[in-house]
Order: sequence, then C-alpha cells, then structure tokens
Amino acid sequence: MAEDEIILSELDDEELVLQMHDDLYDGLKEEIEEGVRILLDRGWAPYDVLTKALVAGMTIVGADFRDGILFVPEVLLAANAMKAGMAILKPLLAETGAPKVGKMVIGTVKGDIHDIGKNLVGMMMEGAGFEVVDLGINNPVEKYIEALEREDADILGMSALLTTTMPYMKVVIDTMKEKGMREDFIVLVGGAPLNEEFGKAIGADAYCRDAAVAVQTAKDFMSRKHNKLAAG
Amino acid sequence: MTLPDDRTLTEAGMAPAEKGRILLIACGALAREILDLKAANGWDHLDLTCLPANYHLWPDRITGAVVETVEKHRDAYDGIFVVYADCGTGGQLFEKCKELGVEMIAGPHCYSFFEGNSAFAEHAEEEMGAFYLTDFLVRQFDAFVWKPMGLDRYPELRDMYFGNYDRLVYQAQTDDPALDAKARDCAERLGLAYVRRFTGYGDLKTALARL
Repeated sequence: MAEDEIILSELDDEELVLQMHDDLYDGLKEEIEEGVRILLDRGWAPYDVLTKALVAGMTIVGADFRDGILFVPEVLLAANAMKAGMAILKPLLAETGAPKVGKMVIGTVKGDIHDIGKNLVGMMMEGAGFEVVDLGINNPVEKYIEALEREDADILGMSALLTTTMPYMKVVIDTMKEKGMREDFIVLVGGAPLNEEFGKAIGADAYCRDAAVAVQTAKDFMSRKHNKLAAG
Repeated sequence: MTLPDDRTLTEAGMAPAEKGRILLIACGALAREILDLKAANGWDHLDLTCLPANYHLWPDRITGAVVETVEKHRDAYDGIFVVYADCGTGGQLFEKCKELGVEMIAGPHCYSFFEGNSAFAEHAEEEMGAFYLTDFLVRQFDAFVWKPMGLDRYPELRDMYFGNYDRLVYQAQTDDPALDAKARDCAERLGLAYVRRFTGYGDLKTALARL
C-alpha cells in the first residue's frame, strides 16, 4: 500500500464528504460506492448522503464543465461514479420517504438516438429529488403524451442532438396544445444545437443549456407552481 | 493553391490565395475536396479560405468565425459563398448568412450534402443508428473521434457514446483502398458494423459549379 493512500473509513464525516467530492470529480466509481456505504453505516440518512456527498460533488463537476475546465469524458466518468452511488441509495430513499420535489417525463425525440445529455439531466434531476420517468430514445409524440397522462407528471423534458430532429419538439408541444393539455405541464428542452430563441419559438417554457440549469429551472418552475396553487 | 497538411487544416485552417473573384469560406475538413474540384474543373475564379476543421467539435464557434471572415474579406471579392451546412449551429449560421447577404451550401451537415441532400433525407430514418465518416474524418479519426471522446484514456466509455449506434457508414469521396481499410478498422474499434458507400462530391460539386 502506498504511504499516502487515503483510507476512507479513517476519515471523519466532513473529510470523507470532501474526499467523495474529489473522488466523484475523478470518476472513481468504487471509491464512491465505498464512501456511500461508510456514511450509511455511520447512520447518515440516505437523503443526506445523496445531497451532501453525491449531488454537491456533481455540482462542482457541472460547474467546471460549464467553465471549460472539465470535458465530456470526465463528466461521463463522474456520472458513472454517481450512478453507482445512487444505485445503493435508491432503494433506501424509497423506504425512508425522501422528499419528492416533482415528477418528470424525459426522452430524446423521434429520429434521434443521442442520450448522453438526457441521461445526465435525468440523473441530476433524481439527485435533486425529482421522480424521473425515462422514455429513452427515438420517441414519437404519442409516447410522450401517453406517458405524461399515465404518470401524472409535472414536467416534460425533451432532448435532441441533431438539427434535423430538434424541430420535432414543436410537433410534441403543438400536439399538447391541440389536446388542451399544454398548460398542465412545464416543458423544458435541451440539446447541443438548441438555444434560448429556439425554445421560445417552439413554445417551450425554457431551454436548459446543461444538467445543472435544467435542475435549477425545474425547481424554480415547481416552486412557482406551488405558489400559484397555494394562492388558489 | 497548395493544400496544407491535415493537422494545419484541423487546428489553424487555411488563408486565401487572394486570386479569384469569389471567395469560398469553408470548413478545413473540405479543403482537399474543394481544391480537387477546383483543379479538375478549372474553376480559377474561386478562391478558398478555411476555418479550423476542429470547429466540428465546437459548433458554437462556427457562426461567429464565419461572420468575422466574411467581414474581413468581403471588400476584396465580388462575392462570397459559405461552404458550411448547418453543422450543428441550430439554424444560427443560416440566419447570419441571410443577414450578411451571403449564400451557403444547403443541408444539415456535410454527410448529407456529400451524399446529396435529398438522397440522404430519404433514408435518414432507416439510418438513424449510423455514425458517418468522410475521407477527412477517416484520416483524422483519432483527432476528431477517439481522443476528444476520451476513448484513448477511458475505453470503458465507448458503449456510453456508441451503444445506440448500429453501423459506421464510410462515405467515400474517393476510391482509396487504404482509407477503406482504415475506416473498417475505425468501425471495429467502435464496435459497429461497417458499410462503405461511395458518394463522390455529391451536392458540393453542383453547388460550386453554379458559382
């Protein structure tokens, strides 16, 4: 064993959480799994492990990606590590009744098979306490509509990587309008060729340039929705 | 005009020769094909400048760089033609070219115009799972695919990127057995089935012939 090797179980809680932020940044999946188990063994609530160790760490990753310090491969490695930690926490979160912020149906649009961004958004939304129903790739409008109705969701998230497929988002939104259900849902869109103007032009509630923005936007819209309901 | 090496085209692009009435502003990945067409057809009225081909990896840089290049050179030429398709700019390049009063080649990307936009659109749904490479991208596979995606350092990420793809389609602009063999190897490295399709220059030739 190298002299400077860090033994996670020997760190106090605060040090361990900081170390987990570092390990997440470095995409160290096994270390993250170990850290999650140690915190749970020490009596941490699963929700606290999720938010303080994993989500907080992934937020640093997201900020450095936005600022051009980290690149896609590193973000994917970090996401894989976070996913591994979440796999341990998910059943426990369900048992312990962690707060649910809202429900999102998310999917890549018809004709498009790209799902890296969508998967990152889904994972970060789950980390932020949203229930996420992932429809996968290549979704026709009927699939979105059916899922929104079946799941009684709050938010629809649509993703596209291609200039040729992004206009399909408007097809989905227009169909929601025709069915008189557009106002029942918050519609967020994202993907590399999109921009704010496009989001506005197709009638989405917001364009989200990355996963962190998607989470914050979803939270803002949900709190507005709650305020509106409270005001009657 | 002398063709710079691929590395220069990737990172720096190419300056115009300042000969000819019409300036083509193109992606560095198209330099060889445009110069071949120019030589084969005697299009001496066309001059060429290229932006770095690696903007392919950062499409958000394309529109601004094209605008800057148009503004820099427009007084020295009778006309300017932009040899970029939409290329991931989400319609922004088209809008800017319209504003500047310059034309650009039609299509979503070079894979489409090399094959011919209408032919490409016809099988777009059937080929949803296709990952395309052109002659340039086969030659520069490591610089444009393998390294930027981190597959040289983290091979375990391959299926996260390519798990939804089912084939690699090499759109050959030229008949070159060495490139065919290299493209086949690229497909194998990505874990995809291999298809070679000879496209020649497709709509690129017809668009430039009109100028």
